Amino acid sequence: MKRLLTGLSVLILLALAGCATTTKEQEGAAVEDRGAPAGPPAAAPKPAPDTGAKPLVGKPLGAAALKDPGNILSRRSVYFDFDSNLVKDEYRPLVTAHARYLQQNPGAKMRIEGNADERGSREYNIALGQRRSEAVKQMMQLLGARPDQIESVSFGEEKPKATGHDEAAWAENRRADIVYQGE
Amino acid sequence: MKISRPYLLLRAVVILIALAPLPSAHAALTIEIIGTGANQFPIAIVPFRAEAGLAQAVTPVIAADLTRSGVFRMVDAGGLNPPPYEPQDVNYATWRARGADTVVIGSIAPLSDGRYDVRFRLMDVAKQAQLAGFAYTADATQLRLTAHRIADVIYEMLTGDKGVFSTRIAYIVKKGKRYELQVADADGYNPHAIFWQDEPIISPAWSPDGTHLAFVSFKDKKAVVYVQSVITGKNWPVANYWGSNSAPTWSPDGRTLAVVLSKDGGSQIYFINTDGKGQPRRMTFSSAIDTEPNFSPDGELMLFTSDRGGSPQIYGMPSAGGDPRRLTFEGTYNVSPRFSPDGKSFTFIQRNGGRFNVAVQDMTTRQVQVLTDGFIDESPSFAPNGRMILYATEVKGRGILSAVSSDGRVKQRLTEDAGDVREPAWGPYPK
Repeated sequence: MKRLLTGLSVLILLALAGCATTTKEQEGAAVEDRGAPAGPPAAAPKPAPDTGAKPLVGKPLGAAALKDPGNILSRRSVYFDFDSNLVKDEYRPLVTAHARYLQQNPGAKMRIEGNADERGSREYNIALGQRRSEAVKQMMQLLGARPDQIESVSFGEEKPKATGHDEAAWAENRRADIVYQGE
Repeated sequence: MKISRPYLLLRAVVILIALAPLPSAHAALTIEIIGTGANQFPIAIVPFRAEAGLAQAVTPVIAADLTRSGVFRMVDAGGLNPPPYEPQDVNYATWRARGADTVVIGSIAPLSDGRYDVRFRLMDVAKQAQLAGFAYTADATQLRLTAHRIADVIYEMLTGDKGVFSTRIAYIVKKGKRYELQVADADGYNPHAIFWQDEPIISPAWSPDGTHLAFVSFKDKKAVVYVQSVITGKNWPVANYWGSNSAPTWSPDGRTLAVVLSKDGGSQIYFINTDGKGQPRRMTFSSAIDTEPNFSPDGELMLFTSDRGGSPQIYGMPSAGGDPRRLTFEGTYNVSPRFSPDGKSFTFIQRNGGRFNVAVQDMTTRQVQVLTDGFIDESPSFAPNGRMILYATEVKGRGILSAVSSDGRVKQRLTEDAGDVREPAWGPYPK
């Protein structure tokens, strides 16, 4: 049900973005849980939702905004549910803000680094992380960023942010990070 | 069955010695053997003449090789004065009494140029005749290799399968922040790093002639496929396209690499030239993940992992292109396929409950046999004779290498002194 809702919200977002292309993600295809019980993870760390973010209106923002802790652009990580590469609702403002930044700064370029948790094949996890980074990229494109401004890459399970071996660590590692060129 | 008490005691001692860790003076990897084969060949290996004074003894290496295979049982060869070195010295009644079916004898003699003349004979106790005999010339650094070659001959004579003791393995060691691509002898000795950096390295893959390794490096802050010459140490990028580049595997003729690229969106399989020149040729066309390609020994078929059906499963398709067919149906997570050297089966990782284990599936009957019982077993690859499968596993949070016989009966554990070992790949026969 939760996944369905997330899926719906993405669809709504895509509709809002005025685009009719279909996503290529397959729901339920990203089998990352590897034996974890069905249902959402119990102890997953939930990064602070990006509510209360400053609206991006008026003059284009410069590079300084990317590092301003008070600006939503300083937030760089999109977290994923297990078994999912869908960008959750709570990350929509973050993704929107970065997409607008790219639109307003045509020379700006970024890399989106997808990650996966440690379980299973390293190569398959590279592909899972890639699918996550591409999901974020697609959303940014739909919101006005040029495809050549964004390179989607994947570290798979090779660069874990959390080194533990429990669901909390795995949830932390199911993630896509935004890194601007020159950072 | 008449077995005298002293003999039983002797046997116990021999087994203890066989199971004890090998001397680690030259080794970073130490081998531990678990289980035995269904049938074991009882063999006695008499220390070679003039072997005692050498820095590198030969017969202990032969004995360790054969023991590690699980299909040989060492029969005590001590206590004979004088020990037999030549066929006419062999007292077959003694060996029959000790329960040996075959006896290995030999000699090592220094040559005037500083090298050694190593000779051995494999004697059949029942037939009272020589089964095999060879002479080798080796310098001091080649004595281990010579021992492996002798073990290969004995193994092939008695089992009918080619030995793999003189082959090599490649794997990745993580030591703190440092990642090393290492190559070692099949017994874990002589490990040396051929490439290292402070960024991850994964997926080493041997060229069919054993002269090159392809691997994935994250040095460039993304996955890029490199090829390195094992001989010269020179390396070059072969796939560095927009997005991720990974999962290299060589075609049997050594001319083509199959890789996974995301340059066109999604992870899809492409063929590239081994020098990295020319345009990649896209081989799979799905909106799902297609990864971990592997060629059949005749090059006709390609296996790969895909989640096009909703969960990661193993598919096969003609290497020339065509429609993929799903091959695995048991369970919801089947990945990392690697063909057996005879092309009749493939090994892969299957999730069973919360565990990831090495399994083998027959290409014709589709019968699956799960061979291991670890929690996180990964990256299986066949020995070139198809008798063992090398894989990575974890013990107490540390990565180690293990090998299991393709019938699941014999397991060996290779452990590193320091660091986390993963991503093993068993190399081809030396050319």
